[in-house]
Amino acid sequence: MTSRSSRPTRGRRLTAAAAGLLALLLSACGREELPQNTLDPEGPVARQLDNLINPVFVVAGVFFVLVLALTLGFALKYRAKSDDDAPVQVHGNAKLELGWTIVPALILVGVSFFTLIVIADINREAKGDDVVTVDVIGHQWWWEYRYPDQGIVTANELHIPVGRPVAINLTSVDVVHSFWPPKLAGKIDAIPNRINHMTIEADEPGVYHGQCAEFCGLAHADMRLRVVAHSAADWDRWVATNKAVPEVPEGSGDAATGATLFRQKGCASCHTVEGYSKGELGPNLTHLMQRETFAGAIFDMTPENLRTWLRDPPGEKPGSLMPNLNLTEDEITKLIAYLETLK
Amino acid sequence: MTDTLNPPVVAPAPPTTEPLLLKRPKNPTGVLSWLTTIDHKRIGILYGATSLIFFLLGGLEALLIRVQLAQPNGTIIPAGLYNELFTMHGTTMIFLVVMPLSAAFFNYMVPLQIGARDVAFPRLNAFSYWTFLFGGLFIYSSFLLGGAPNGGWFGYAPNTSVTFNPGHNIDFWIFGLQILGIASTVGAVNFVTTILNLRAPGMTLFRMPIFTWMSLVANFLLLFAMPIITIALFLLMFDRNFGSHFFDPSAGGNALLWQHLFWLFGHPEVYILILPAMGMVSEIIPTFARKPLFGYRVMVISGIAIGFMGWGVWVHHMFATGLGPVAISAFSLSTMFIAVPTGVKIFNWLGTLHGGSLRLTTPMLFAIGFIAMFTIGGLSGVTHAVSPHDRQQTDTYYVVAHFHYVLFGGSLFGIMGALYYWWPKVFGRFLNDKVGKWHFWTWFIGFNMTFGPMHLLGLQGMPRRVYRYDEGMGWDLWNMVSTIGSFVIAVSVLIFISNVVNSARRPVFASADPWDGRSLEWSIPSPTPHYNFAEVPIVHSEDDFWHRKYTEDASGRLVRIEGVEQPPAVVDKLPEHHEDPPGIHLPSPSYFPLVASFGLPVMAYGMVYGRDAGQNYVIAALGGLITLVGLFAWAMEPSVEPEDPEDAAANGHGDGHDGPPALVAATSDGEVVEDDGERIPRELLKGSTEEEGS
Repeated sequence: MTSRSSRPTRGRRLTAAAAGLLALLLSACGREELPQNTLDPEGPVARQLDNLINPVFVVAGVFFVLVLALTLGFALKYRAKSDDDAPVQVHGNAKLELGWTIVPALILVGVSFFTLIVIADINREAKGDDVVTVDVIGHQWWWEYRYPDQGIVTANELHIPVGRPVAINLTSVDVVHSFWPPKLAGKIDAIPNRINHMTIEADEPGVYHGQCAEFCGLAHADMRLRVVAHSAADWDRWVATNKAVPEVPEGSGDAATGATLFRQKGCASCHTVEGYSKGELGPNLTHLMQRETFAGAIFDMTPENLRTWLRDPPGEKPGSLMPNLNLTEDEITKLIAYLETLK
Repeated sequence: MTDTLNPPVVAPAPPTTEPLLLKRPKNPTGVLSWLTTIDHKRIGILYGATSLIFFLLGGLEALLIRVQLAQPNGTIIPAGLYNELFTMHGTTMIFLVVMPLSAAFFNYMVPLQIGARDVAFPRLNAFSYWTFLFGGLFIYSSFLLGGAPNGGWFGYAPNTSVTFNPGHNIDFWIFGLQILGIASTVGAVNFVTTILNLRAPGMTLFRMPIFTWMSLVANFLLLFAMPIITIALFLLMFDRNFGSHFFDPSAGGNALLWQHLFWLFGHPEVYILILPAMGMVSEIIPTFARKPLFGYRVMVISGIAIGFMGWGVWVHHMFATGLGPVAISAFSLSTMFIAVPTGVKIFNWLGTLHGGSLRLTTPMLFAIGFIAMFTIGGLSGVTHAVSPHDRQQTDTYYVVAHFHYVLFGGSLFGIMGALYYWWPKVFGRFLNDKVGKWHFWTWFIGFNMTFGPMHLLGLQGMPRRVYRYDEGMGWDLWNMVSTIGSFVIAVSVLIFISNVVNSARRPVFASADPWDGRSLEWSIPSPTPHYNFAEVPIVHSEDDFWHRKYTEDASGRLVRIEGVEQPPAVVDKLPEHHEDPPGIHLPSPSYFPLVASFGLPVMAYGMVYGRDAGQNYVIAALGGLITLVGLFAWAMEPSVEPEDPEDAAANGHGDGHDGPPALVAATSDGEVVEDDGERIPRELLKGSTEEEGS
C-alpha cells in the first residue's frame, strides 16, 4: 500500500527526467555543430541511405516502446502480494507464439524488400558524361586523390563539382582503410590489392568532413579528410589552377633558400612538387596552398601550424612516416616561405 | 613377420598403485587441493573467480579509455597505449570474462541440473581451466614485455603483419588466443559429452533445464567456431614467423581472407557469449515468477535456430568491404531474420512474467533488466541488417553501443543475475539482497549512461578506435556523459565486491532450496556436497524438482503437495559433508592436467621469441615436451585411485579411462542400470502422461 501511494511522485520525477534528457538531446542535434552527422545527409547518395533507415528506426522504436512498456508494466503489475500466491501455471500458448514469430517475420520481409532495392541501386556504377572519376588511395595516415581525366594529384582534401556524381575507385597501399564522408555517402573500405567502387555527390558547394573509419594503426584517429564541393565555375577554376606547374622561386629570398632546403633536407625524396621533385612516399605538395588543411586534415593551413608540424611531425601525428628532421627555426621559416609559393 | 590383422591379445594391465612421476595428491583442503582438483564445482569456482579478476582488469582498461575520450583532443593516454587498451579491453571481456564466466556456470551448474556427479572428463576439465588461466596470464604478461596486443580484438590483416606491426604485441595476441582456444575447445568437447551422456535416468532432452539446453547449443557453437580462429591464427603465425604470405597483399595474399575467417568465427562467438546468459535468465524468471517458462519447447527451438542461423550472418561485419550486391543481399536477409527467433525469446520471457507472482529479488531485477537492455541491442542489430545504411553505422560508436547492449546489457546482466541466483547454492550463503539492489540500480543507470549516448555519437559520425577527436565535432557532451557513466559502473562494481566480501565475513546461510527452485540443483544441500547427489535422481518431468513440491488444480493454479516439507530459505549453519556415502567413487585429484597445460605458455613464449632468434624455438620444444610428459602421465594414471586393489576391481574402475565413475549406464535395449544394479524399465522413464497433455 505504501509503495502504491509513492508511485505518482516517482512517475512525475521520471517524466521530468525524460523531458530534460530529450531537451538535451535536441539541443545537441544542431546542424552546424555536427559536421559528420549521418542523420543530416547533404547529397543524394547519403540521402537514399537516410530515407531507407528512417522508417526502420520508427519500426524499431515501436518495438522498443512495446517491449519496454510490457516489461515495466508486468514487473509492476504482477509483483507478488504474498508468499502464497498461486498463479495460474501457463505453460505456453501455441497461437500466441506462432503470432509473435510470424508478425515480426512479415515486418522484416517488408524491411528487406526496400533494403534489397537500395542495395541494387547503390551498387550500380555511376555512368554518364558528367561523372567525375577519382582514384582514392589510402596511406598510413593520409589520403591520396588522383584525377585520371584531369591529370591532377592531391591529398586529404577531395575537390568535387556539385551536382555531379563522383565515381571513386578505392584502394590502399598498406593496410585496410575506409573512406567515409558521412554527409555525402556511407563508407567503403580501401583494401590493398583490391579496387572498390563508391559514388558520392554533393547538393551544395561547401566543405564536408570525413575520416578514415577502419582501424589502420597508430594514427588512425588522425587520418581525416575533407570533401570540398565547388560550383561549376569554381570547379573549372580549381582544375585549371591545379593542372598548372608552379614556378620554382629563384634569387636569394627566403622562398628560394627554402626551395634549396627542400632538396637538401630530404623533403624532395618523399614529396612530389611538379616541375621540381618526384618523391612518392608522402602527399603531393604541388598546390599545397590550395588546401585548407594538411597532415591528414588534422591541421588548418596556417604558417603557425606548418611551423608546429615541421618542428616534430611524429610528435603531432603519432607514427607519422615523416621524421623529425631537427630543423632550425630559421630553416623552418625558409621552408614555409617556399611552401607558400606552391599555390 | 607379425600378423598385423590379428595382433596378439594383450591382457589389460592391473591398476597401478605406483606413483607416476608425482605422488597422487590426497589433501582434501588447502592450496594443493585446489591445484589438483578435478571436481567440477571447484573448477567452476576457479573459473568464476579468475574471470571476475580479469573483469576488473578489463574494466580498468575501459575506464582509461573513457578518461581519454572524456574531452576532445585528450592527452592523457598516448595513441600507442590507447590502441593496446582497446585491443586488450575487447580481448579480455570476450575471451577472459564473458566466455569463462559462462564456463564457470557450465562447470558448476550443468552437472547439477542434469543429475550427474561430475562432468564426462573431469581431468580434461581441470586442464581446460589451467589452460584458460595460463592463456590469460600469458596475454597479460605482454604489458610487461614490451607492449600489449594493439591490432584490435579483430586483428585485421595486413595491419597485424610484421611489416606494419614489427613488435611482439601481435605475437602475444596470436599465441594467447591459441592457448585460450585450446581451453575452450576441450571444454566444449567435455560439456557436449556431459550433457548428451550423463543425464540422470528419465531426463530426456526435452526435460533438460533451459540453461543446460542453451549451454549445449553454446558448446556446439564453440566446438565448431574455435577451429576456424585456430586456423586463422596459425596462418597469421606462419606469415609472421615463417615468411608465408596468406594475408600479405603485397605478395599476392588476401587481406579479406582474414576478415572472412575471423568473422566466420567471430559471429558465432557472439552467440556463444549471449546464449548461456539467455539460459540463465530463462531459469531466473520462472523461479521468481512462480510459473513455468512460457513455451519451453519454443524457447529451446529458438535457441537452436539462433545457433544454426548464427553461422550464416558473418558478412554483416563486412558490409563496407565492397563485396558484390548478391553477397550483401544474402547476408542482409539472414541477419534480418535471425531477429525472429531472438524476438520469440523476448516475447516468451514477457509471457512468463505475465500473470506470475513476481518476487523482485536482485537476480530477478537483473533478469528483467536483461530483457529490456537486450531488446535495445537486438533492435539496433536489425538496423545493421539494413546493409546500405550499415555503411554509415559500421565502425562507429553506434556499433559500440549496439554490442555493449548485447554483451553488457545482455550477457553481463544475465551473468550478474545468475551470480546472485546461484551464489547460495555454491557457497551456502546469500549475497545481500538490499546491497544487491544498490548494485543493480547503479549498474543499470551507469550502463545506460555509458552506452546509451554512444548510439547518438555513432550516428553523429564518431568512428570507433580513435584515441582522440577534434573540437567542434559536436561530440563533447555525450562523450562526457559516457565517461561519467563508466564511473557509475565502477562504483557499482565496488558495491558488488563489498557484497561478496560481506557474504564471507557476515554470512547469512541459505538452505538447500532458498528460492523455491525448479531444477535439480535445488534438491541437494547448499553448498553442494562433494558427491553432488547422494542418490542419483530419477526424472519424471520437466522442472522435476518443482513438480515434487507442487501440482496444479483443475483451473491450472499452483497447489502445494501435502506432506512435502518446504525447507526454510535461511538456515543457522552450513551442513557438513565429511564422508562420501558408501558406494560413491569420485575421480581422484591429479597433478597432470596442471602439468600438461603449463607446457602451453612455455611453448607460446618460445614461439614469440623464436621470431627474434631461431634458437628460442628450443623453448617452444621444451614447452611441448612438458605438455607431452603431462599428457603421458595423465594417460597412464587411473582416473580413480583405488583405495585398495580389490575394491577398485569390484567397482570396475582403475582401467585408465578418463571418465566419471560409472554412475549409470544404458543397456542396449534402452533400460538404464543404476550403479546399485537396479533396473528401471524404459516406460517409467517416459514421464508422466499428464505432463505431455498440458
